[in-house]
Amino acid sequence: MTQLEVVFWIFAATAIVSAFLCITRKSPVASALWLVVTLFSLAAIFVLLDAHFIAAIQVLVYAGAIMVLFLFVIMLLNLGRGGPSDMLGWAGRLVMLAIGLLMAVELWVLSRATPDEGLLMAGEPLQRLTEQHGAVGMISEPLYRTYLVPFELTGMLLLAAIVGALVLAKRRL
Amino acid sequence: MLLGPSLMVSVILFSLGVAGVLFRRNAIVIFMCIELMLNAVNLTFVALAQQLGPEGHAIVFFVMAVAAAEAAVGLAIMIAIYRHKESVNVKEINLLRG
Repeated sequence: MTQLEVVFWIFAATAIVSAFLCITRKSPVASALWLVVTLFSLAAIFVLLDAHFIAAIQVLVYAGAIMVLFLFVIMLLNLGRGGPSDMLGWAGRLVMLAIGLLMAVELWVLSRATPDEGLLMAGEPLQRLTEQHGAVGMISEPLYRTYLVPFELTGMLLLAAIVGALVLAKRRL
Repeated sequence: MLLGPSLMVSVILFSLGVAGVLFRRNAIVIFMCIELMLNAVNLTFVALAQQLGPEGHAIVFFVMAVAAAEAAVGLAIMIAIYRHKESVNVKEINLLRG
């Protein structure tokens, strides 16, 4: 096992264990904090996969902004106490476990399928692109050329989300 | 080459997210599980982008923007529901059941 793989598995194990803790903790605050650990580990994995810019915005947007929003709402609604468990009973849990395992097996089979040779040859190696354009410049190329219209539409989507959130959460307009 | 292991981790995270959505009743935790699933998908995109070029990174960018919008609107809905029901337990949110 190379050094890269050792580091990868350390962060992968952290991500999986904290994701499991996130879905099993009673208190929503504990869940949110474990989710932050998962998101940070994923950011580290992104760095190992040569996606430096994505890793940076993962920490800024996900672990920063979105999780702060979650914690803010949890504390605003005063849901921090554990209280009675909100999980399903044992029969329900077994059914859900079976469904989850089935899903994992299906996705596992899919993940073992190798992509077409032609597909693998399509792009240039990412490391060379990073050296040529830098980590941000490399993404700007597809973002502002191929996906220019979706990029502009994303702006509209965020505007609609801001207005929608305000209208929903405001008591009286 | 980290493609295989990354896809495996992504599979596990996605399944954990699905399991969480299915067996929690707290709506906010369900939202967090959806974020977990979106992140698993992002990991797939990034892992494949290492071989297929930076288009995958652009898609991840869009996924993050949509996730941010979804979290903002979803949490606003949570606040509106809590104002009516004093609870965010999805068992008690059954207005449309008739």
